[in-house]
Amino acid sequence: MRQEVLFFMESQKTVPGAKTGQTVVLQGNEACAKAAIQAGCRFFAGYPITPSTEIIELLSSEMEKVGGAFIQMEDEIASACAVVGARWGGKKAMTATSGPGFSLMQEAIGFAAVTETPSVFINIQRGGPATGQPTLSGQQDIYQARYGSHGDYEIIVLCPSSVQEMYDFTIRSFNLSERFRTPVILLSDEIVGHMREKVIIGQSPSGETPDLPIAVVSPSEDFYTGASTMVEGQLHDDQGRRIGHLATQSGDFIQQLCAKIQDHMEEIADIETYFMEDSDIAILAYGSVARPALNAVKQARGVKDTRISSRFKILRTLFSRGVPAAIQSDYSHLKVGLIKINTVWPFPQEALEKVAAQTKLIIVPEMNMGKYSREVERVLRDKVVVSMPKCGGDIHTPKEILDRILEEVGIREPLV
Amino acid sequence: MNPLYEKYIKKETLPTLFCPGCGNGIIQMAAIRAIHQMGIKDEIACVSGIGCSSWIPCYLNLDVMHTLHGRSLAFAQGLKLARPDKKVLVFTGDGDCLAIGGNHLIHSAARNIDLTVVMVNNRIYGMTGGQKSPASLKGMKTKTSPTGNMDDPVDGCKIAEAMGATYVARWTTAHPVQLEKAITEGINHHGFAFIEVLSQCPVQGSDAFGDKTPAGMMNNMKEISWMKKDGENPPAGKTVIGLLVHRTDRMEYMERHQTSQDQNKNEKRGKANE
Amino acid sequence: MNDVVLDGNYCKGCDICISVCPQKIFAKSKKRNPLGAAIPDVTHKEKCTGCGLCERMCPDGAISVERGTK
Repeated sequence: MRQEVLFFMESQKTVPGAKTGQTVVLQGNEACAKAAIQAGCRFFAGYPITPSTEIIELLSSEMEKVGGAFIQMEDEIASACAVVGARWGGKKAMTATSGPGFSLMQEAIGFAAVTETPSVFINIQRGGPATGQPTLSGQQDIYQARYGSHGDYEIIVLCPSSVQEMYDFTIRSFNLSERFRTPVILLSDEIVGHMREKVIIGQSPSGETPDLPIAVVSPSEDFYTGASTMVEGQLHDDQGRRIGHLATQSGDFIQQLCAKIQDHMEEIADIETYFMEDSDIAILAYGSVARPALNAVKQARGVKDTRISSRFKILRTLFSRGVPAAIQSDYSHLKVGLIKINTVWPFPQEALEKVAAQTKLIIVPEMNMGKYSREVERVLRDKVVVSMPKCGGDIHTPKEILDRILEEVGIREPLV
Repeated sequence: MNPLYEKYIKKETLPTLFCPGCGNGIIQMAAIRAIHQMGIKDEIACVSGIGCSSWIPCYLNLDVMHTLHGRSLAFAQGLKLARPDKKVLVFTGDGDCLAIGGNHLIHSAARNIDLTVVMVNNRIYGMTGGQKSPASLKGMKTKTSPTGNMDDPVDGCKIAEAMGATYVARWTTAHPVQLEKAITEGINHHGFAFIEVLSQCPVQGSDAFGDKTPAGMMNNMKEISWMKKDGENPPAGKTVIGLLVHRTDRMEYMERHQTSQDQNKNEKRGKANE
Repeated sequence: MNDVVLDGNYCKGCDICISVCPQKIFAKSKKRNPLGAAIPDVTHKEKCTGCGLCERMCPDGAISVERGTK
């Protein structure tokens, strides 16, 4: 039996326009596919790979119903390239894959970055490296999502923790990619991709770009509009003419390409906080791990989960290791909160510094060997940052996280 | 400057990076003439990979996508599916198309998707300094086969034909009139059109056509070529040129897709035999 | 008579035109352009039949043939 029990997360955000939305139960991957269509995606090229396959399967019938084009390509490289090609034909485009395919797509992602082609790449992470763990989850690709392609570039990466976020963040991915004329990666994982939850769909804008694209350094007119657009993979000027042999111009190009995104972090960065107003201990988590992290935080604070009936509570107490807070009240005085990172890249340094200003200890549970915690450590130098890696594919349990908090508090000076 | 060339070329990008006498310029002119003759300047976009021949469209005043090594066909298929009403002309080379890009050649030909592909075959990797390519002749001395190539050349036209391409032709830079006509036919052809062009690389690939001068290489191309005749096999050592395949029995990809959608619109998702 | 114009500014000195013209109108010369290329001379324009091979075969679009000029 899977040892973790994932409690519902009480979102502190209201879903905009919820009145007009429709409430359904969907699988994470299904929600992603539906959201893509809602966002105006009208081209999907992909290759089947566990655990992303539900996305390509659903879109093989849904894409054409809305007049879009669907094609299963011969490999992931072809899929990623076709996505970029299609966007220049004026169609919002997306592909979905997992680790091995994501590795193959990196050259094309770099091409999308340097040519400033809006495009969305979904990675439903599994265990790696190589064939790794086709059916178990992980968060091991977090650095690859940022630095996967050769060369210098910026990229936007979103991590959903729930089916609702699979839906909402997919739409946001498209909007961000159009606004900043950049590839955007939705970095999900097998747990979120395969879980089934209640989700409100259809309430988001149907894909119109809410804001105009910001200024770019590359040509940006779609093909077949009479603009004689030159899309060039080499470093280039605003007409698409190569400048790779000119060092000063090339340096300027890369600076501008990165500044395009770095200079707009106030628009891009998305961090959610729970119980952080008076916390000096924080759990910093992203993706599926934010779920048990919030549960651990609630237990530590003695918050009762009111949506679960007392009958179930007793049963769960008997059979699960996720013990309700009502029984363990010894540490309800712990001032611990959750920092949930929704946009993991670019690293939301300023936003994080703000929300973590009062903290002294930050624990970073991740389903990898401890990667993102390095970034947190780099940025929050005056805090104690503790990495909590977990490999193998099982997600951290709330009890494991809670135990770690206690351990950290025990071996360090009392914080309260 | 030639007025037609002037009309289609981006003058500020000249001189081209092609070496003196490179066949790419001849192929470029043939493409310009074909596009001009058909009057489709606003209906056509070019996609290319990486290599000297992939620079051919980059000097033209058209929509051009200069992509990744070996991937021009993948990008082109995406562009075509996004705008099936428009034309896509692909420029690639023997390395770009037959080595790293081989898989995409196989599958786009199998789909019979409406693209026109001009594969410039100079039997060498020119841009990177003269290493062997899959199309290098046996015995050819190159930078990575310094004592003579031990491999037999790969035949791109045979691959295209075997995978179901419905228009396959091979010409040389010594046949510019026929080449222009083939490009025109390929663009008008509703299906996957594959046109191989033997071309001279006098600086890096002179060993491919037995002479160091561009004119000498083209004369040799004419010598080793043999015009396709139905029912006859080429003499030993000759390369078949001409229109090799012209089929009308296969539906183009998007047509086939639409037909399948129409025929199956009442089918539900699920296993075929349930 | 046809007018054959070779624009020396764009010539790369590859000599294809010299070899390809059936009427042997182009000839090697010692003239050099700013690129350093040896630009062929256009001799005996009156022999030009307007076949256009030079226009098609010049890789740099440097040659234009005006047909039927006086």
